[in-house]
Amino acid sequence: MTTAPAKAGWRFRQPSVIPGFGLTLGFSLAYLTLIILIPLSGLVWRSASLGWSDFFAIATDRRTVKALEISFGTAFIAAAINVVFGTIVAWVLVRYRFPGRRVIDAMVDLPFALPTAVAGIALTTLYSPKGWMGALLAPLGIKVAYTPLGIVIALVFIGLPFVVRTVQPIIEEIDKEVEEAAATLGANRFQTIFLVLFPGLAPAVVTGFALAFARGVGEYGSVIFIAGNLPYVSEIAPLLIVIRLEEYDYAAATAIATIMLALSFLMLLVINLIQSRTRKRYG
Amino acid sequence: MEVRVSNVRKEFDRFPALRDVSLDIRSGELIALLGPSGSGKTTLLRLIAGLERPTRGTIFFGDEDASNRTIQERNVGFVFQHYALFRHMTVADNIGFGLKVRPSAKRPTKAEIRRRASELLDLVQLSGLEKRYPAQLSGGQRQRVALARAMAIEPKVLLLDEPFGALDAQVRRELRRWLREIHDATGHTTIFVTHDQEEALELADRVVVMSQGRIEQIGTADEVYDTPNSPFVYGFIGESSSLPVKVEDGQVWISDRPIGLTAPELPDGEATLYFRPHDIELLDECNGCIAGTVAASRRVAGTRRVELEIGGGRERIEIELPVGHPAAQKSRVAFRPKRWKVFPKPVEG
Amino acid sequence: MADPELYPADIHHEHASLAVTERPLARAALMALAFGFLAIFLLLPLVVVFEQAFSRGIGAFFEAINEHDTLAAIRLTLLVAVISVPLNLVFGVAAAWAIAKFEFKGKAFLITLIDLPFSVSPVISGLVYVLLFGTASLLGPWLKLHGIVILFAVPGIVLATVFVTFPFVARELIPLMQEQGTGDEEAALSLGANGWQTFWHVTLPNIKWGLLYGVLLCNARAMGEFGAVSVVSGHIRGLTNTMPLHVEILYNEYNAVGAFAVASVLAGLALVTLVLKTLLELRYGAEIAATRGH
Repeated sequence: MTTAPAKAGWRFRQPSVIPGFGLTLGFSLAYLTLIILIPLSGLVWRSASLGWSDFFAIATDRRTVKALEISFGTAFIAAAINVVFGTIVAWVLVRYRFPGRRVIDAMVDLPFALPTAVAGIALTTLYSPKGWMGALLAPLGIKVAYTPLGIVIALVFIGLPFVVRTVQPIIEEIDKEVEEAAATLGANRFQTIFLVLFPGLAPAVVTGFALAFARGVGEYGSVIFIAGNLPYVSEIAPLLIVIRLEEYDYAAATAIATIMLALSFLMLLVINLIQSRTRKRYG
Repeated sequence: MEVRVSNVRKEFDRFPALRDVSLDIRSGELIALLGPSGSGKTTLLRLIAGLERPTRGTIFFGDEDASNRTIQERNVGFVFQHYALFRHMTVADNIGFGLKVRPSAKRPTKAEIRRRASELLDLVQLSGLEKRYPAQLSGGQRQRVALARAMAIEPKVLLLDEPFGALDAQVRRELRRWLREIHDATGHTTIFVTHDQEEALELADRVVVMSQGRIEQIGTADEVYDTPNSPFVYGFIGESSSLPVKVEDGQVWISDRPIGLTAPELPDGEATLYFRPHDIELLDECNGCIAGTVAASRRVAGTRRVELEIGGGRERIEIELPVGHPAAQKSRVAFRPKRWKVFPKPVEG
Repeated sequence: MADPELYPADIHHEHASLAVTERPLARAALMALAFGFLAIFLLLPLVVVFEQAFSRGIGAFFEAINEHDTLAAIRLTLLVAVISVPLNLVFGVAAAWAIAKFEFKGKAFLITLIDLPFSVSPVISGLVYVLLFGTASLLGPWLKLHGIVILFAVPGIVLATVFVTFPFVARELIPLMQEQGTGDEEAALSLGANGWQTFWHVTLPNIKWGLLYGVLLCNARAMGEFGAVSVVSGHIRGLTNTMPLHVEILYNEYNAVGAFAVASVLAGLALVTLVLKTLLELRYGAEIAATRGH
């Protein structure tokens, strides 16, 4: 198997007796380029060819702004809820022994495995005024289906495993001696958890939040059924892209998609920064 | 099969792991590559195997340049440090693997492969374990299977990377003797890597002492122990004591006194004296000797180690005396090394 | 020793000192919170799917499934999965081989690129192909001239599915193969095996469970993908409707039993996936996730 010849001093790869580098890397890069990179750069190229004023007009369109606000806002709230409950779920699954633990542990991945459309219609039925949960909440004056609250519910469902599955292994790794040390130094359980354990979990929690948030921003299938899709109120950005596409307004669809991508990457970048900082501090 | 390593250099990311190494190995020899971690011994072994390619230099198998031979063509038996047994294959399948993957023209029949595998299992004294999986074996048994697997391909050279490194002391000693027996019986040219000097000295025909990517010394166990040719070898093999000295007109001086040793071949200047703590003679009167104040003395197994302060306490060295020797009770001891070597101080920069 | 699953509480008390667990009351509260949350957010939706599907009896359920367009949707979903999963399987193995068995410049960047589809909205994943192959695109006129139909047809659906399921197998295999190192491969090569023999006899058996795990997750997503497929499908009943899209259409037509009947098939598939996944984790956990016991 031949590979890039080593130029003096700079090597693309370290030599190895294992064959197949050229074949596998070549195939991987070609496939990656065809399936992912060319289509994605097509999006960026189309967006760039819009021209600044057109792009600006679409970006500042009230409906666009509102849809983006709703997508990012609800995703943020849902991810925050998941951070709290996801961490509790992870804690219970790791630390406590109870019958059926394995089943519950496996169930946590349901949102990964269940098609989003199925989740969407199930949640809608559940939270519609006549549904099991909806009927329960209606007397309290809480409307979930066809409101932004419904979007949050759907995104909590979608994002839960991201938090649990990032935090869980870190809790498993906690050295019990650390906790015992804290206890021998006089810390009560509450202090041990909040002062000793949580700081160590912080990077994982932030990662879980970021993953749930990123997934929530782009989520479509589970949301559109329950959201009601009222423009300016409960219309999410991905849906607006679809609507613009159906209107053959490719320019608008492209622009909104580009803004979404840029914002998501920016968010992930910020969160990565926070994360590396926490990690540096707490090791 | 003779193996000749000629001016080989190997860099990883520009960091030289081996610098200009040359080594001739005779057919049928059992050679130990001995050195601390990072000395390049494993790199040298992997270069011979063809698992790495030299940055410069050539490796010959017999008269043939092996550089352009792939690892498959080199036909070396390599025993990996952690054995690299295929855990989803039985012991017999592991041993037969090298025969099974041969091109069909050269591939023995299935029955033949089975026969060879059990023959080799007999040789490594594991008869009857054909059907076991690696996970069901002890460390020592895995090591034997790994060796049998390497020998199944009738290698020209047998290479072993820290063959006993992962085993406990008892099994190590047993396997050591056993490897020697197998080597004597089969006559393979064998090269093994170790950081354990006892292992190297006991087992090998010749020991290659390596440090920082260089070969420090090649010789029999006696040669490297009795006449080390560098400060490193002195320090690495066996116990040694060292003292800063000065050479003037071929005389060795400590502080401002000659100690009765001559080194006519050395240039004048700063140098270091090396000797073995047990290889000394005690002197009653000192006209040309090393004298020191006893700082500490402790019993180690069959001998007594005496720590001496030399030259007003700036330097401390150890000498070894028989238990109960009266000198150990004295406050001042004078001695002269029987076998010793002075190395000039390396030129700075 | 007793089965830890049977007498969990006792075992736990023996092993956890008082310092490292909560008081019974706090523990009960935490467990109640966790179970309540999971029941409301995971269990109820799942129950509702089956409750609705069978609300008019089992006959109505099978009638809904045995409908022409539904069967077409099932066939299309299977077809899409059968094409896209093997493609990403081959890619995953190739990428993991290159990344895990070799050291080269730009490796970390390559891994980031492979993960890219996870951070792109499914709708955008579909949109990029509309922009690439649509009538208004550069390729559009050429495709039309040569009579090649990609959008609103099976090829488009396959491409969108390949896009969203792209990282699954690679992501599973890369850490696993990195952990396993190159020792076994070197041993096989030193025994005379060639590249293919080494891969086939040594590497593949080492990664087979991890591979199966990745394929399982990849397949679940491929069969369930909605957003990306929705954008490129054109929603032609009986032709370009996958099962999730068909669920949407039936639901929007107020055919609740039909929608939930198809949904329950998908949910059943998800449950099977979860069971297989859990079995793999229990049985071959070490060989899926890393840390080999030698």
